[in-house]
Amino acid sequence: MDSIQLFILLLDATFRVATPLILAAMAGMFSERSGVVDIGLEGKMLGAAFAAAAAASVSGSAWVGLGAGILTSLALSSLHAYACVTHKGNQVVSGMAINIMVAGLTPTLAIAWFHKGGQTPALSGDSRFQPITLPFADALRDTPIIGFTYAELISGHNILVYIAVISVPIVAYVMYRTRFGLRVRAVGENPHAVDTAGISVDLMRYKALAVTGLLCGIAGTYISSAHGAGFIRDMTAGKGYLALAALIFGKWKPVPTLFACLLFAFTDALQARLQGVDLPIVGVIPVQFIQALPYILTVLLLAGFVGKAHPPKAIGIPYIKER
Amino acid sequence: MIKQFKIAVLAAAAVAVSGVATADEFIPAIVFDMGGKFDKSFNEAAYNGAEEFKKSSGIDYLEFEVTQVSQREQALKRMAKKGASVIVAMGFAQASAVEKAAKAYPNTKFTIIDMVVDLPNVQSIVFKEQEGSFLVGMAAALSSKTGKVGFVGGMDIPLIRKFALGYVEGAKYANPKAEVFQNMTGTTPAAWNDPTKGGELARSQFDRGADVVYAAAGGTGIGVYQAAKDAGKLAIGVDSNQNYLHPGVMLTSMTKRVDVAVRETFATAKAGTWKAGIRVLGLKEGGVGYAVDQYNSSVLTKEVIAKLEAARADIISGKIAVTDYMSK
Repeated sequence: MDSIQLFILLLDATFRVATPLILAAMAGMFSERSGVVDIGLEGKMLGAAFAAAAAASVSGSAWVGLGAGILTSLALSSLHAYACVTHKGNQVVSGMAINIMVAGLTPTLAIAWFHKGGQTPALSGDSRFQPITLPFADALRDTPIIGFTYAELISGHNILVYIAVISVPIVAYVMYRTRFGLRVRAVGENPHAVDTAGISVDLMRYKALAVTGLLCGIAGTYISSAHGAGFIRDMTAGKGYLALAALIFGKWKPVPTLFACLLFAFTDALQARLQGVDLPIVGVIPVQFIQALPYILTVLLLAGFVGKAHPPKAIGIPYIKER
Repeated sequence: MIKQFKIAVLAAAAVAVSGVATADEFIPAIVFDMGGKFDKSFNEAAYNGAEEFKKSSGIDYLEFEVTQVSQREQALKRMAKKGASVIVAMGFAQASAVEKAAKAYPNTKFTIIDMVVDLPNVQSIVFKEQEGSFLVGMAAALSSKTGKVGFVGGMDIPLIRKFALGYVEGAKYANPKAEVFQNMTGTTPAAWNDPTKGGELARSQFDRGADVVYAAAGGTGIGVYQAAKDAGKLAIGVDSNQNYLHPGVMLTSMTKRVDVAVRETFATAKAGTWKAGIRVLGLKEGGVGYAVDQYNSSVLTKEVIAKLEAARADIISGKIAVTDYMSK
């Protein structure tokens, strides 16, 4: 196989790995642009991953799993909103509490329901999102480069990957071209002005967090019932934090955030292929170094190239009406 | 106040004494490591061994599943305090915890699996994983159509390198031109529980042309086998016989008879023949091997099995020397 094909397959892996990051980062964007810090992305994804795998294995339908995942994530998101918007609690503490609670609760429920030591039964067939082969993919496979790119890179993913890709332009449109988006951004920048205009700040934040819940639910479902095939404890493995980093890295804007997610995913896919490979001059790079690569790259890019990020002005501050 | 305290201490002592008084009844105990007792691999093999003992002897055992690094020592000490007669600690990672617990409870018998702890009341059981891995490496190379095979390890530690080295030697023995791709999932214990990463690593190897992949990665392996199934390739299981997971996809499993080790530990401790020291279980002792059953009969051919059997005899007789990564 020549190097171009290998490169296309590398990009293919990048999309698979990037999907939950993109969805979670877009989810975080709604929350953070509305002025609510959300480090609970990890917990919401994990909760959704568990609910999706559990529901899918019981019902035998991946779509039921997706529904359960979204509902769970929405519930956790509302909990966050109830603590931080209604009761003006500390947003970081609430987010962390959700993460810890879900990390403990999911294996406990899995043990109670499935008796498999904190796992759910393996999903197969219709209980898992299967790859979709786009029309002509197999016929075009042998056409050099273009056909192969189409067959491998564009075709053959499951529906959630396509949803993740489409979510970016939709989020960008909603955020910048609709009244809802304008209001979300406004409550994150200057909630007093929004309040003066007669719009409820709290309600806007609740709505934004509902969108966060929806997208996180899809991300979690992808992890357990599309990319993986069943739930294992702590299976999100820090993806929520990585998505949050990508969001900050992308300056809370949809397209730069997309690229940040793709960059993280690319380095992750690349390190799988660099391990144990004898490179010219440097030789075999130790595993530890290769695995630190995405983080080293992040630090370098943050320090040198990204420039100053301007967070939403009212982020992290609960809105209290003036007397 | 002080008087009350003294009474409390006395009461506690009385409870402790009564605890010791029942110590002549036989209580086996086992502490599973991260990954959990249903990891379909290492810990599950131990669980099966313990269950077998329970069934044959009718004696129940104490158990604990470690979910955090700090729990290991606590769990072992708690078992000892409860008056366990013999405590099996699963996994290399429990070595330092076993050392501390064994020193604190010198009259309790400890058995650690996969690691050596040199104390008068500790039995260390280690396996010659390289020998079993050598055989499945041969099976992989003989069954591969591309001449390229893969290995996915869990956490990057010498024990897993030992699997990898045996596998590479076996593949090269069967086909000197065989190419072996190796990947480690991570460098922290989280690497035992990351099936999505495992799946991606396996796919990266398939992309490079591998068509058989061997996973020695605990729970991460589940993702590796799933990836093999999705891509229509072959996979090799580890520790337990994992052939049943995906019939027709699992070429074979490198079985490490952890179940036998656990069962024997309990049985010998009960019979009073338990001895401290090091036990090394290789092909010769039946401690390692490869699995053949109804689930892989369609993929593991008779010709391959014949070659594996010949190699097994040669390894036992010393004609083939398999390198041990630990003593390299």
